[in-house]
Amino acid sequence: MRALCWRGQKNVAVERVPDPKILNPRDAIVRITTTAICGSDLHLYDGYIPTMKAGDILGHEFMGVVEETGRGVTHVRKGDRVVVPFTIACGGCFFCKRELYSACDNSNPNAEVADTAYGYGGSSLFGYSHMFGGYAGGQAEFARVPFADVGLFKVPAHLPDEKVLFLTDIFPTGYMAAENCNIHPGDTVAVWGCGPVGLFAIKSAFLLGAHRVIGIDYVEGRLRMARDLCGAEVVNFEKVDLYGWLDDKTGGRGPDACIDAVGMEAHGTNLAAVLDRVKAFAHLATDRPQALRQAIMACRKGGTVSIPGVYGGLLDKLPMGAAFGKGLTFKMGQTHVHKYVPKLLARIEKGEIDPSFLITHRYNLSDAAEAYHRFATQQDEYVKVVLKP
Amino acid sequence: MAATLLSVAAKSAAGRDSAVARAVDALPQVRTNLSSPERWVSLAAGGALFGLGFDGRGPGLLSCLAGTYLLYRAATGNCLAYQALGFSTSDATAPASVIAAEHGTRVEHVVTVMKPADQVYRFWRDFENLPRFMTHLVDVDTTTDGRSRWVAKGPLGLQVEWEAELLTDTPNRVIAWKSVDGSDVDTAGSVRFTDLPHGQGTEVRVELKYDPPGGKVGSAVARLFGENPDRQVREDLRRFKQILETGETPTTEGQPHGRR
Repeated sequence: MRALCWRGQKNVAVERVPDPKILNPRDAIVRITTTAICGSDLHLYDGYIPTMKAGDILGHEFMGVVEETGRGVTHVRKGDRVVVPFTIACGGCFFCKRELYSACDNSNPNAEVADTAYGYGGSSLFGYSHMFGGYAGGQAEFARVPFADVGLFKVPAHLPDEKVLFLTDIFPTGYMAAENCNIHPGDTVAVWGCGPVGLFAIKSAFLLGAHRVIGIDYVEGRLRMARDLCGAEVVNFEKVDLYGWLDDKTGGRGPDACIDAVGMEAHGTNLAAVLDRVKAFAHLATDRPQALRQAIMACRKGGTVSIPGVYGGLLDKLPMGAAFGKGLTFKMGQTHVHKYVPKLLARIEKGEIDPSFLITHRYNLSDAAEAYHRFATQQDEYVKVVLKP
Repeated sequence: MAATLLSVAAKSAAGRDSAVARAVDALPQVRTNLSSPERWVSLAAGGALFGLGFDGRGPGLLSCLAGTYLLYRAATGNCLAYQALGFSTSDATAPASVIAAEHGTRVEHVVTVMKPADQVYRFWRDFENLPRFMTHLVDVDTTTDGRSRWVAKGPLGLQVEWEAELLTDTPNRVIAWKSVDGSDVDTAGSVRFTDLPHGQGTEVRVELKYDPPGGKVGSAVARLFGENPDRQVREDLRRFKQILETGETPTTEGQPHGRR
């Protein structure tokens, strides 16, 4: 089959590789009908995630049709049309039973590595480095899905791929980020980063009852989408004094909740942001948390900082004094996708949201390397790229 | 210990059922039955006598022979006279434990499995299940009267085998076992099961002790080859939990990838 393989920093290529096989009784093989490039794939592309190996197949947003099932699979069968959460969960451990699926104990064959790095490692992810399990991803024609009874969700025939594809990651991720804000009627939520997760966080905050949502970015194309398609007030942080602007817009109190939908590769123009780049370059710190710093500083007293943006390692100059002084609540982590798929699928079926609004570009899988390059370099235009095998 | 290592090597090289293995098993056991101070005295006295035998001033051949015997006594910790009399001063053969406190390797780990204690106990109690999650085990056969035959991968690619007997077996609570006297490896283990309240599963606490062939040197060699006992037991328990909670152990062996 054809698959998009990681070759090194800023180097991916579509290669011919063997088809996946059933390796465990609870596995299924899915013939992929639509897949996408995620913003977090750019962290891999840019070489920020350790434990990658040349030849690793990328991709963790994919859906398709069940092609084959192992003898331990009972809830899905050949021919079922399914979406696949990007986190791999067993369904039987302490964490899965508490719906903390992205903390699954049993899906990572390299759990020891993750335990060493994080104290206790979380679940595996498709196509996202060996520390996170080393599972081949879904930017390919076929993928093997472990624990298929838990990790495959059937979708109704009348909903096209593009309406349900984002149930695999970014829609639940944006939704969980908003849910983590503990939104009350009348609340104002500020969202750093108007990429796909940020846009879904804006939509979700409104679905959950926020009165106003503010989108913050420096890419004009993305700010336009936040304003025109999601109903947010928007601000380009390069053109204003952000704290003053937010303070003014919230009557001198600050947003009730702040969402950092940017993560470890934040862009910024002030001195701290420039120092972050230097430190990351010199391996003195791994992440550049400029958006998170701003979110902490801007948030109102007693508010919530919700972090769907990915962080991997060590952060420098995080204003913990401000966080403590204001009594902030922090909520973060990989999305418990399995928990959200049924309820968000129901919202799509009822017509409350059509996630396909996000798609700006469509490529054939064979041209995926080109799509990566453009997605990484032309963020104004390229918001969401979908691939067809 | 050196004698044990040689015996294991010989059996491993010739095959477990070979004539060599049978002959090695038929040899009298070399048991440690001397205390450490006695071994040091033997070493000093043996060295002196051996030296005297060579420089021509002492009683010559007799002195060399006596010196050699004392050096053997020091090196192996075995006194033939004590053995003939069924007598031992060794701290390593105290009756309470197969392995003395200062000997061998001891590892303890704990894991919580989201299954009821009776199910977790039953899986472990069937010793033939152990090689499914203890990757250093090649095979365990249960025989009669609570005994079992264990075959493991040893250091330097050797295979080591021993027979174990049950010491304690309290259903859903505790299982303890030890290798029978005269085994190539002195080993003992126990596993305790604690049923947690509110459906929180079962805590499984495992304690393993073993004196590998080659003693501390053997375990140091084993470490060089990546067989860190502490890590080994931790990963074994992880697999144990995975099998009970999911029915399988996660893997990516055999999945496709591009050019490496």
